[in-house]
Amino acid sequence: MGQPALSDQPQLHGALENDASNHAPSGYATLVETTPEGLNTISILVSGVHCAACIQKIEGTLNHQPEISEARLNFTTGRLAITWSGASSNIERYIKSIEDMGYPVNPYDPNIRAEETKAEERFLLLCLGVAGFAMGNIMLLSVGLWTTTGETMGLATREMLHWVAAAIALPTILFSGRPFFRSALKALSTGHANMDVPISLALVLASAMSLLETMHHGEHVYFDSAVMLMFFLLIGRYLDFRARQQARNSATDLLALQTGFANVIEKNGQIRKILISDLKEGQHVRIAAGEKFPTDGQITEGRSEIDTSLITGETLPRTIETGGNVFAGTLNMSASLTMRVSAIAKDSLLSDIIKLMEEAEQSKARYVRLADRAARLYTPVVHTLAALAFCGWFFIGGLDWQSALMIAITVLIITCPCALGLAVPVVQVLATGKLMKNGILVKSGDALERLSEIDTVLLDKTGTLTLGRPTLENPPDGQTLRLAASLAAHSSHPLSKALVQSYEGPLAKAENIKERAGQGLEADIEGRHIRMGSRAWCGDKNAAQSDTLELWLDIEGQTPRLFTFTDHLREDAAATITAFKNAKIDTIMLTGDRASVAQNVANQCGIGSVYAEQTPPQKYAHMQSLKDQGRKLLMIGDGLNDAPVLTGAHVSIAPGTAIDMAQNAADIIFMGDRLILAYETFKTAQFNQKLVKQNFALAVLYNIIAVPLALAGLVTPLVAAIAMSGSSLIVIANSFRLKVTK
Amino acid sequence: MSILIYLIPIALFLGLLGLGAFIWSLKSGQYEDLEGAAHRILFDDDDPPSQPFDSENSA
Repeated sequence: MGQPALSDQPQLHGALENDASNHAPSGYATLVETTPEGLNTISILVSGVHCAACIQKIEGTLNHQPEISEARLNFTTGRLAITWSGASSNIERYIKSIEDMGYPVNPYDPNIRAEETKAEERFLLLCLGVAGFAMGNIMLLSVGLWTTTGETMGLATREMLHWVAAAIALPTILFSGRPFFRSALKALSTGHANMDVPISLALVLASAMSLLETMHHGEHVYFDSAVMLMFFLLIGRYLDFRARQQARNSATDLLALQTGFANVIEKNGQIRKILISDLKEGQHVRIAAGEKFPTDGQITEGRSEIDTSLITGETLPRTIETGGNVFAGTLNMSASLTMRVSAIAKDSLLSDIIKLMEEAEQSKARYVRLADRAARLYTPVVHTLAALAFCGWFFIGGLDWQSALMIAITVLIITCPCALGLAVPVVQVLATGKLMKNGILVKSGDALERLSEIDTVLLDKTGTLTLGRPTLENPPDGQTLRLAASLAAHSSHPLSKALVQSYEGPLAKAENIKERAGQGLEADIEGRHIRMGSRAWCGDKNAAQSDTLELWLDIEGQTPRLFTFTDHLREDAAATITAFKNAKIDTIMLTGDRASVAQNVANQCGIGSVYAEQTPPQKYAHMQSLKDQGRKLLMIGDGLNDAPVLTGAHVSIAPGTAIDMAQNAADIIFMGDRLILAYETFKTAQFNQKLVKQNFALAVLYNIIAVPLALAGLVTPLVAAIAMSGSSLIVIANSFRLKVTK
Repeated sequence: MSILIYLIPIALFLGLLGLGAFIWSLKSGQYEDLEGAAHRILFDDDDPPSQPFDSENSA
């Protein structure tokens, strides 16, 4: 570490320590649990872990501590579990050391993660493992059965092999077939038939008939086919489940990241940090400048400016005073405030939005996935074919009922949707995995399918087309900027942060720093008294009023200088709009901000239709009318005001900076500043859908060849095994093209 | 063919051994962080990582 950089370290450190003691006792210590062995344990969420070195750095540093018995980081979920002996308050040191390494830490809320999904995943994996074991062993026996006849092998040997196969297959089917049996029973009990009904039927009938055949010294038994069918279907089932769960996990992780701490003021005036989710109605909470309001509530003390851009789309801050209502997600900009937590905000804006969201939820017709549509067609066809095969061979073909039923069962087995069951899940898992590597989280299973169908994109402005945070517009000469940044570094006001960000280089040391609530900051830097803040406090009162964000700098003995800030467009906003346009997709902007600002942004990025000054109900009505025209809408938005539209649109995308409610409502979330990811997701979705359709075509082609063979009674166990594994492998191979292409 | 009397039980036993190992690995949570496991193989155990942990001055 370079020596000079340390020069103003003590002071910064002092500030940090003061800050910490203000909120003592700190929050993490309250989350520590004690194991039966008397050790302390805690789970926290660590973000920014990208590679092996990160894991090793974090785990290594912690494990270096003698009192820590285990520190283990789950790379997939970012969950770090630490177990140690000694004082529970040690956790503060550990967390500080992790944060010092550059990894943000958040409390981990165990309630958010559903344990049962984990149990379900294990159950499927267990069924799959058992089925795999059984299939391997039965195949071992079957090779002998396939390659020889009863005469060469000896009838007694064949019979013994049949019995061994039965002994392996029957318990396996009872054990591993449960996911299908359960689902089929559930469907039947409601009077429906899903894909699992013919699957269960095929499994049960094939095993029962094969057992009968074994008892009667028959030639063909289908234990191998039944177990193989089950094994392939379980693979599809497991992949499907993982894709869904991954989607859900990523969504809950996002929520968990946002469960921070709130500073509650106790009756005796002490400030205590508690989890935001533990806040109760009536509690008083202190919100420092630069913090977000943890919940909805009413201001009881203080005067400040708040940034409501996430809720209203308005970029200019609004002044708030005692008695004013604030919403979760709003940013407190200039001075410390005290608020009273209210459970239900009575304000019309929020209740309007919630009402609209409920309406959107109800009016949204349940989307039927392509796979389900295929299954609906498929189920009756399969049943009819099997019944026809039985009737044909029994009544017309003149076979005895056992042989006729055997042929019907081979029809059921051969048409069973191995390839169909793998067609969607394999593509889905590959696509979501690929997107996740690029920082795109797909939250719902059918989101990509819906995304591939869109013809219109609706975009919000603030936080979607723009970055949603101010940046300095008119950087002055180096010396002035250095002084301004040196002072601004001591404030957490968003404008100060933007100012510091635009400056690169060493900062000057500031002394006698004083923060004036609602006004600004003053300090002595290099012998000069410098003030920075509002126009009224240190600015030029006669300067022309503008509607941009501004900050004034008053250096002793100089005329006050004006810094203006704007919310910049995302760098690739225009490129994204062009890309969508080239794909023949309409782009429309819906924003709550003023018309002049909106039009300006629209011109910059080339959006044709602009609807500005839209209230949330207006936005929603607009979406509804577009929907009524039969359009398939993609909504990209990040604010509370977008939430109803995000819910109601055909499919929706939100940036990772969006508020909880918007992220909950959206189907897909992208991380980072690149809006073009939305377009890339769309392209992947289209390719994804193309592959799914190809896979279906392959599955149908396979059936066209195999079904007549089965109907003709030509399918022996060997033919069934080759046909099923062959078609499944082709489908999987086709899906992996997704990995190969860019 | 009478050799099958021995071979089949042996094959089944070995298969069950594998199944048992799979169930054990499943129960002990080895399938919970597949991606992390892929990265952990790169750890160099002989080389203790990072500087000593120091709560006071690690900034």
